[in-house]
Amino acid sequence: MAFSIYDFTEFTKSIHEGLSSSLSPTMTTVVEWVIIGVLYILFVALFGLFLVYAERKVCAAIQQRVGPNRVGPWGFFQTIADFVKLLMKEIINPKGVDGFLYNVAPYIVIITVFIILSLIPFAPGLQAFDFDIGVFFVTAVSSIGVIGILLAGWSSNNKYSLIGGMRSGAQIISYELSIGLSIITMVIMSGTMQISGIINAQANGWFIFKGHIPAIIAFIVFIIASTAETNRGPFDLPEGESELTGGFHTEYSGIKFAFFFLAEYMNLFIVSAMATIIFLGGWMPLHFGEFNSFNAAMDVIPPIIWFFLKVCAIMLLIMWFKWTFPRLRVDQILTLEWKYLLPINLFNILLMTAVVLLGWHW
Amino acid sequence: MESSALVLFFIVAIVLVGGAVLFSSYIPPKSYNPAKFEPYECGIPTIGGTWLQYTVGYYIFAIIYLIFDVETVFVYPWAVVMKSAGMRGLIEILIFFFILGLGLLYGWKKHALKWE
Repeated sequence: MAFSIYDFTEFTKSIHEGLSSSLSPTMTTVVEWVIIGVLYILFVALFGLFLVYAERKVCAAIQQRVGPNRVGPWGFFQTIADFVKLLMKEIINPKGVDGFLYNVAPYIVIITVFIILSLIPFAPGLQAFDFDIGVFFVTAVSSIGVIGILLAGWSSNNKYSLIGGMRSGAQIISYELSIGLSIITMVIMSGTMQISGIINAQANGWFIFKGHIPAIIAFIVFIIASTAETNRGPFDLPEGESELTGGFHTEYSGIKFAFFFLAEYMNLFIVSAMATIIFLGGWMPLHFGEFNSFNAAMDVIPPIIWFFLKVCAIMLLIMWFKWTFPRLRVDQILTLEWKYLLPINLFNILLMTAVVLLGWHW
Repeated sequence: MESSALVLFFIVAIVLVGGAVLFSSYIPPKSYNPAKFEPYECGIPTIGGTWLQYTVGYYIFAIIYLIFDVETVFVYPWAVVMKSAGMRGLIEILIFFFILGLGLLYGWKKHALKWE
């Protein structure tokens, strides 16, 4: 088998050929689906656990605490212990909930997370599904996740949940617009919505360097909007624990709560991955036009490491927001979106158009 | 993989959630206490129903969002073909943005963007 850490295309192809040489076509598909399913479930579970741990450590470092340090080396197994605890909790349907909607809400948020994950390219050849309207599809599916949150808030028969769900709805749909418009800005530059096409267009320099001023504005808007979209940071009104106890998941306990929690952290990963793909070149190593020796040195680091380095850097930035800024009021959140980010974004699209048409980008 | 990947990931998500929920509904220990099933409130029984009409502010923002989101969808195809559409496409999209901006300005002046 041709295994290379730099390009997985040959590797996945050889697995496919090996399977189809010994099995019937139907069985090949079934085995491949099982392998991919198990791998993605493992990735989501392990990366989710790692993110919760990382968040607690980052928070502790910013607040000059130690953070979890009892279970395992540097408290590394703390989140695993938490997960086992949540799994071993009894499932409770509180009195007066709308049974069907209450139970279906965690499915919706997790399904959207998985469908978006299928489009994330981790390395060359490590992308489950790639098609021509990739980034558009990601924004479309990610706004379905809000339906799960609204259902959770509405069906819980709890006023805190209802307020949390409503706030979350207003906030996510507002900031969805800014995410869409800053993606459009970069689609103008790349000329394609296909995720692999966007990454390949950045082979000789990431868009944030190539597109300079409009790209940097779009990047800042994208980061602010995606922080709000994931209900994090200074925009955590939907679950502001000091006013709403837990927001839309107040009534959820045990493993169902764990799924909302997992979806929240996987959404953090997804928005960071999207920012990485659109602005920082996905798995592309850091390249600058003509500096060939520098480019060759950067090529030594495998693409998958580049991808996770960039994603982790952006996630660290978003976690940093959360523990640095005080929470905004609901009217401030909506003012920020509609009176600042949206007009800035509309002008930025025109600026980017001018830059591309006049050939001012590098 | 092709678009069947979406079906696969749909199934995988359902298997993950369904499996975990099934596990926790049979394996963990259970106990019964009527107080456990009360909706969470700060120590008192909750008063009145929950499913009532809600602040109108959210609906106004939802309507404005709907308008702008649909118009954003129109900009996507132009963004893809921007280079080949050239000057003519640019002038058309400028008119489009002008109307879009007028709409935003109208909402702004009518205090639709103000939280009440």
